[in-house]
Amino acid sequence: MSTATQSIDHGQIVDPAEVRRGRTMGIFYVLIGVCIYWLFVPSSQPGQTAILGLNPGTQSAALTIPDLVMPVRGSLYAMALVSIVLGVIQLVRGFKRFEGLVLGVVALFLVMSFVVWAARGTGFNMLGVLASTLQRAMPIVLAALSGVMCERSGIINIAIEGMMLMAAMTSALFGSITGSLWLGLIISLLFAGLLGWLLAVLSIRYKINQVISGTAINILSTGLTSFISAKFMSENAALNNSGKFTNVAIPLLSRIPIIGPIFFETNVIVYMMYILLIVMHVMLYYTRWGLRTRAIGEHPRAADTLGVDVLRMRYINVIIGGMVAGLGGAFLVLGSVPRFDELMTAGKGFIGLAAMIFGKWNPFGAFGASLIFGFADALQGKLQILEVPIPSQFMRMAPYLITMIVLAGVVGRSEAPAAEGEPYEKQ
Amino acid sequence: MKKGKRTEKERRQRWRGLLVPLLAIVTALIISGLLIIVTDFDVHDAFTHIPMEIVDRVEYSWEEVSLEEALEHHAAQVEIGDRVRVDGRWRTVVETIDNPERQLTLDEAREIYPELAVGVMVHFNFWQRPMVGFAAAWESVASAYAALFEGSIGSPVQMVRALIAAIGGDSSQLGRAFYPLTESLVTATPYILTGLAVALGFKAGLFNIGAEGQYFVGGLLGVFVGYSLKGLPMIVHLPLTLLAGMVGGAIWGAIPGLLKAKTGAHEVINTIMMNYIAFALADWLLNGPMQRPDDFRPISAEIQPSAFLPQFFASPIRLHLGFILALLVAAAVYWLLFKTTVGFELRTVGTNPHAARYAGMNLTWNYVLAMALSGGLAGLAAMNDICGVIHYMPNAFSAGYGFDAIALALLGRSHPVGVVLAALLFGILRAGASRMQSVAQIPIDIISILQAMIIIFIAAPEIIRALYRLRDKPDAELAPTKG
Repeated sequence: MSTATQSIDHGQIVDPAEVRRGRTMGIFYVLIGVCIYWLFVPSSQPGQTAILGLNPGTQSAALTIPDLVMPVRGSLYAMALVSIVLGVIQLVRGFKRFEGLVLGVVALFLVMSFVVWAARGTGFNMLGVLASTLQRAMPIVLAALSGVMCERSGIINIAIEGMMLMAAMTSALFGSITGSLWLGLIISLLFAGLLGWLLAVLSIRYKINQVISGTAINILSTGLTSFISAKFMSENAALNNSGKFTNVAIPLLSRIPIIGPIFFETNVIVYMMYILLIVMHVMLYYTRWGLRTRAIGEHPRAADTLGVDVLRMRYINVIIGGMVAGLGGAFLVLGSVPRFDELMTAGKGFIGLAAMIFGKWNPFGAFGASLIFGFADALQGKLQILEVPIPSQFMRMAPYLITMIVLAGVVGRSEAPAAEGEPYEKQ
Repeated sequence: MKKGKRTEKERRQRWRGLLVPLLAIVTALIISGLLIIVTDFDVHDAFTHIPMEIVDRVEYSWEEVSLEEALEHHAAQVEIGDRVRVDGRWRTVVETIDNPERQLTLDEAREIYPELAVGVMVHFNFWQRPMVGFAAAWESVASAYAALFEGSIGSPVQMVRALIAAIGGDSSQLGRAFYPLTESLVTATPYILTGLAVALGFKAGLFNIGAEGQYFVGGLLGVFVGYSLKGLPMIVHLPLTLLAGMVGGAIWGAIPGLLKAKTGAHEVINTIMMNYIAFALADWLLNGPMQRPDDFRPISAEIQPSAFLPQFFASPIRLHLGFILALLVAAAVYWLLFKTTVGFELRTVGTNPHAARYAGMNLTWNYVLAMALSGGLAGLAAMNDICGVIHYMPNAFSAGYGFDAIALALLGRSHPVGVVLAALLFGILRAGASRMQSVAQIPIDIISILQAMIIIFIAAPEIIRALYRLRDKPDAELAPTKG
């Protein structure tokens, strides 16, 4: 809406909203710098250090490295100063291409100064937080990738939550019945794909508003999974005991300090996610399929004119999207706790949608955003141990607030595919 | 709405409009019934494992079978799994004996019965005795829906008996007999209000998925006013408490409305985000500042009795003034939407925002107003539960009103009257489902499945029309179900 008004300035088209946004971001950076100074410096003592552990506590293939010892005051001053300087530069001339990077740096400083402050005078196993970040981000990443798949082709997928829940239940149930993790995984993906197909039929063939069809699928899935769980799985524990994929260390890569234990000493679903991430990125931006997918999401009429079968593409994408969400649901069971509990997704599908928006509808953007959400989640658990005087609930709110801020275009801007949510009618 | 006389055709179409919702409900009930049958172990047994006693003269063909017929479907000798009568007592033929009183081995059985004979019980399956399977399936569904009916409306026999006794001067049975019905109305009350909330949003072209969060925040603010203000007369305190709940919900609703108007951010995502923020907020407040003193549970203090919504009858009947209030609110929403300029603007913005802007209507104001009103109604629903029923705020507060409300608004076609009817239906279903769970062991979640199917069928009436071969297309959609 705000982009509709454009003015011409020095022969260049300058969007006033863009200028305003640049200023807002500059002020925002300065404010973060000031916040770091005001909030954290006063309660720290000179000469205090924070020890950030960088080695996994348990047995690991990774090489051991010394822990990071940071002087609290010094690093707080440095990070506050750099944030303010970056904010001033942003205000004066902007960063153009490096805008995203700078935003990331400032956000990192905010988090790091918080961690350093929270860990002042004691130690803090940073690696533990980072490793659990990935684990907690996993369902969110896959939900976000599912969202990217669907929304890039123009279908809003509110039903990710329901698809994940269905996959979680079926993976636990069929994993237990067949006694095979892989069979459980495959069957759960089929069920999630089935829900994707249902969403596609309702939204494409019957042209139901996609928010409504997604909501209906969520309610259906919630009801069905809870029903089956209550009827069969709660009484019969053998039906809810699938076991889980064990961690496999990848040779060589897992020996790299920090990165190894976090990324390369985990279970097979996480590795599948890496592959999926790369494949999706390549497919979306470097193949004909990707070009067509993006085209039908932006301007289906034009794509149709050029001979792309819009409806068929949408069907395929939504079904695959459902299966990607299903992988996320299956991870909750087969990759972390090997049992299904009613409503165990606990809104992760919706957070995935937020991550997708935050990541600007790109696979890697979505991955990065999910890691931030996962980090907030992992950190709030650890902060309770450190007895930080901030209620953990506020940490839990942060990702949602950030998403709303991003969506409002205050910091960074995220624009949805143009044809999203509109059913396409062939002429 | 067009004034003046309606033609005969228009009037007929109005009734036609009711046909699809009705058929949608029936279809959903049928499919849920099938689910109940498929997941019932007794039905499964009746399809695969019907015990048939071999007798000389068959009198009751569902349990007894002649020797000739048994031999048609069964081997000539006793097999494992069959049962035999030894000394007047049935024993099962098994491979290894766990319970010598009731079991025996195959060799022993064949010693006593060298061939199939009277005194052996074999097992038939569905194809040999289909009626047994059908009967069991019918029994399964009928008992479930009977429980649903009795749990939500009550037993008609009991009601009549209580009425007769009441005429005779003994009104002691009335409470028991009408308890289920009043309980359904109590359950329906928050549905009416949340359904109206979402419907009002729909009318203005907005998807309020966040009724749940607005319900929470409304509850928090309302309960705070309810317990912290002391010594006020009821005539002041009760309205104030209700108003506080509305304000809380309205604020929570207005934020996504403002964001949509000012930045174009989609209200669906924002209301969902606001939901989770509201849950975290409630979790914090009820574990911290607002937690009941001297209590380990995350619940608020009890509100003052001056903030209670008065109940009509003696305990255990919980029907309270909130139900009447909800009906009045529905009337008020109708009046606002269809009889005032404000409502006209809201509906115009909902139908065509560009035209509305062209006509000089303020989009920002209308979006904010619609979302604030919508949130306010959701907040009032929370206060209805707090002031009328539980009198405090627990952490696990809502029964998923946010999503149910979407179903309600769709089912009621976003019209206040329709929403009230839909809410009564949902209240009945929800209240009856708990009895269905205890009597027929059918998990209460069947209600969600039912609701989801109702949404789908209402939003895609083509499915219903194709199923029942209806020809006429109904008039224009009243809810924005189409994308």
